[in-house]
Amino acid sequence: MEKLGFDFRRLIGRDNNIGQLLVMVVLIIAVMSALSPDKFLRYYNFESLTYLFPELGVLSIAMLVAMMTGGIDLSIIGVANLSAILAGLFFHQVIDRAALSAGGGTGWVVVGVFMSIAIGALAGAFNGFLITRLRVTPILATLGSGQIYTGIALVLTGGPAIVGFPEAWDYIGNGKLFGLAVPFLLFVAIALGMAFLLTRTTFGVDLQLIGTNPKAAVYAGLDRAKMVFLSYVLTGTLASIAGIMLSGRTNAAKSDYGTSYLLQAILIAVLGGTNPAGGKGTVLGVSIAVVALMLLSSGFQILRFSNHLIDFIWGAFLLLVIVVNTYKNRTR
Amino acid sequence: MTLFRRSEVVIAAILFTAMILIGLVNPAFWQVDNLFSLLRSNVVIGIMALGVLLVMLSGGFDVSFPAFAVAAMYLTVHGMLLTGYVGVVLPFAVAILIGAVCGSINGFFVWKFKMIPLIVTLGTGAVVRGLLLGVVGTSMINIDRFPPVLIDFAKAEVFTLTKADGTHSGLTAMVLVYFALALGVHLMLRHTMIGRSIYALGGGAEAATRVGFDLKKTIFFIYCLAGALAGFAGMLHCSMIWLANPRDFVGTDLEVIAAVVLGGASIFGGRGSVIGTMLGVFMLVMVKNSLIIMKVDTTWQLVVVGSIIVIATAASAWRDRGRKA
Repeated sequence: MEKLGFDFRRLIGRDNNIGQLLVMVVLIIAVMSALSPDKFLRYYNFESLTYLFPELGVLSIAMLVAMMTGGIDLSIIGVANLSAILAGLFFHQVIDRAALSAGGGTGWVVVGVFMSIAIGALAGAFNGFLITRLRVTPILATLGSGQIYTGIALVLTGGPAIVGFPEAWDYIGNGKLFGLAVPFLLFVAIALGMAFLLTRTTFGVDLQLIGTNPKAAVYAGLDRAKMVFLSYVLTGTLASIAGIMLSGRTNAAKSDYGTSYLLQAILIAVLGGTNPAGGKGTVLGVSIAVVALMLLSSGFQILRFSNHLIDFIWGAFLLLVIVVNTYKNRTR
Repeated sequence: MTLFRRSEVVIAAILFTAMILIGLVNPAFWQVDNLFSLLRSNVVIGIMALGVLLVMLSGGFDVSFPAFAVAAMYLTVHGMLLTGYVGVVLPFAVAILIGAVCGSINGFFVWKFKMIPLIVTLGTGAVVRGLLLGVVGTSMINIDRFPPVLIDFAKAEVFTLTKADGTHSGLTAMVLVYFALALGVHLMLRHTMIGRSIYALGGGAEAATRVGFDLKKTIFFIYCLAGALAGFAGMLHCSMIWLANPRDFVGTDLEVIAAVVLGGASIFGGRGSVIGTMLGVFMLVMVKNSLIIMKVDTTWQLVVVGSIIVIATAASAWRDRGRKA
C-alpha cells in the first residue's frame, strides 16, 4: 500500500500532470456511470464521442502550438470555417449537382483537402506576419485576423450554411475504417505526428526554448521570428484540418460554426498542462484533457443538462483549473 | 510638431478625414438625423469601452464584460417584472451592483492566482452567460412586457428639432449620461491616487509596489468598476431598444476592444486616455454605420471591423516599438 502511494505521488509530481489528468478521466467515468449507468456506459456513447472529440482535439493542439511560444491564437475558429467554406464553394464550382448527389467527385476532394490546408497555412502565415514582422501582440493580431477570416466567410456565403459536400469529404468526418471512426484515427495520427514534431525535432525544441526564455533563445542563436512565424503557420494548418473534420461530419460549413470551441480549446490546452506564458505543454496532456472534458459534457448531456449549463461548467472548470494549477505550482 | 505626437490628435485627424470622405460619397451622412443616431449608437459601446480602457490601462484584457452586461440587464428587468417595481434609479443601481459583483470575481482571480486576465475573463464570461441562459431563461422580454418606466426614461431628449415637413429628430439625453461618466472616469484617472495607481500598475507591477501602491486594491477597483460600467451599459442598452435579450452582446467584446485599441490604448498597459477611447468608439461606430449609407453590403462589417483592429494594432505596435519586445 505504501509503495503504491509513493508511486502515485511520483506520477503526480512529474513535470507534466498526465497522472492527474488520468485520475480525472477515471473519476469522471466513475461518477457518470454511477449517475446514469444504463446510458453512459453504452458502447454507442463512447463510439459517438470518437466522432465528436477529434475536431476539438485538433483545435486544442493548435492552441497548444500557439501557447508554446507564449502566444495565443484566437482566429482558429475563423480559419477552420473559412477553409471549409472555400472548399465547399470549390466543390460546388467543379462538381455539378447530379454528380454530387450520385457520390462523385472523389478526385476533387483530394484537391479540396490540399486547398483547405493551404488556406489554413496562408491564414496562419498572415497571423505570423502580423506577430513577428509588425510586432502586434498575438491576442490582438489574431483577434483582428479572426474577425477578418470570419468576415470573409460571411461575405462568401452571405450568411446561410453551405451544404452538399461530396461523399468522400463526408467520409473524413463520418466514415469508418477498421471499425474505428475516421476522424478518431486522423486525430491519433495528428497527435502522434505533433508529439514527435514538438519533442523530437529541432523545430519543437526550439519553440519550447523560445517560450521558456525568449532572450536566452536569441542569445543561443535561434531565429526567433522565423520560428514563431512557422509556429503560427502550423497553428493555421491544424485549424483548417479541424475545419475539414467539422464540415465533413456535419456535411455543411457556415461562418459561425463552432464558436464555443474557442473557449473550449483554450480550456483544454490549459487543463492539459500547457503554460499560457509559454514553454510548457505536451500533446499527450492535451489529448487526455480533451477526452476528459468530452466525457464530462457527454455525461451532463445524458443527465439532460441544457447546453447553456454545459457552457457554464466548461467556464467553471477553466477557473477551477487556474486555482488548482496555482496551488500546485506553489508547493513545488 | 509635439501636437502630432499625441495619439488623440492623430486619431481626431483621421476621424475628420474619414468623415469628410464618407460625406463626399453620400452627403446624407451630414444630415442631422444621421449624426444624432450616430451619437446615440455611441452611448452603450462607449460606456463599455470606458471599462475596457481601465482594464487595458492596467495591462489586462477583458472579454467577460458583455456577459456581465447581459446578466445585469436581464436579471434586473426580470426582477422588475416579478416584483412589479416602477422606478428607474433602483433598477440601475441593482444593475451596477450585479456588474460590480461579477467584476470582483475577475479581480479575485487576477489578483489571487496571478492568471492571465484573458483566460480568467474567458472563464468568468462563460460562467455568467451559461448560468444566465441555463438557469434564468432564454426568452426575450419584448416590448409588450418591457417596463414602460424604463422606456420613458430612455426616451428623454436633450433637444428636439422640428423640420419643415413636420417630422422631428432629437438627440437622446443618454449621450449626456455617457459624457458625464466619461468625464468622471477621466477625472478619476488623472487626479486621484487610485487613478494614478492604475497607470502605475500598467507601467509595471513591481515598480508600482515599490512606490507603495496597494495593488490588491487597485486590481479589485479596476475590475469592479469595469463590471459596474458594463452592468450600467447593459441596463441602458435594453432601455434604449425596449428589449431585454439574454443572448444580446455576442461579439460586442471584440468591437469594444477594437474601439479602445483604436483610441490609442496600449495592450501592454500604462498608455491610453478617455478622450482617445471616446474618439476610437466614435470612429468604429461611424465606420460601421456608414457602410450602410455608403451602400456596402452589411456582410462586410466583420471584415471592416477586423481590418480596423489589425491596422490600429499594427500602428500602435509600430508606435510602441522597442518598448517591449
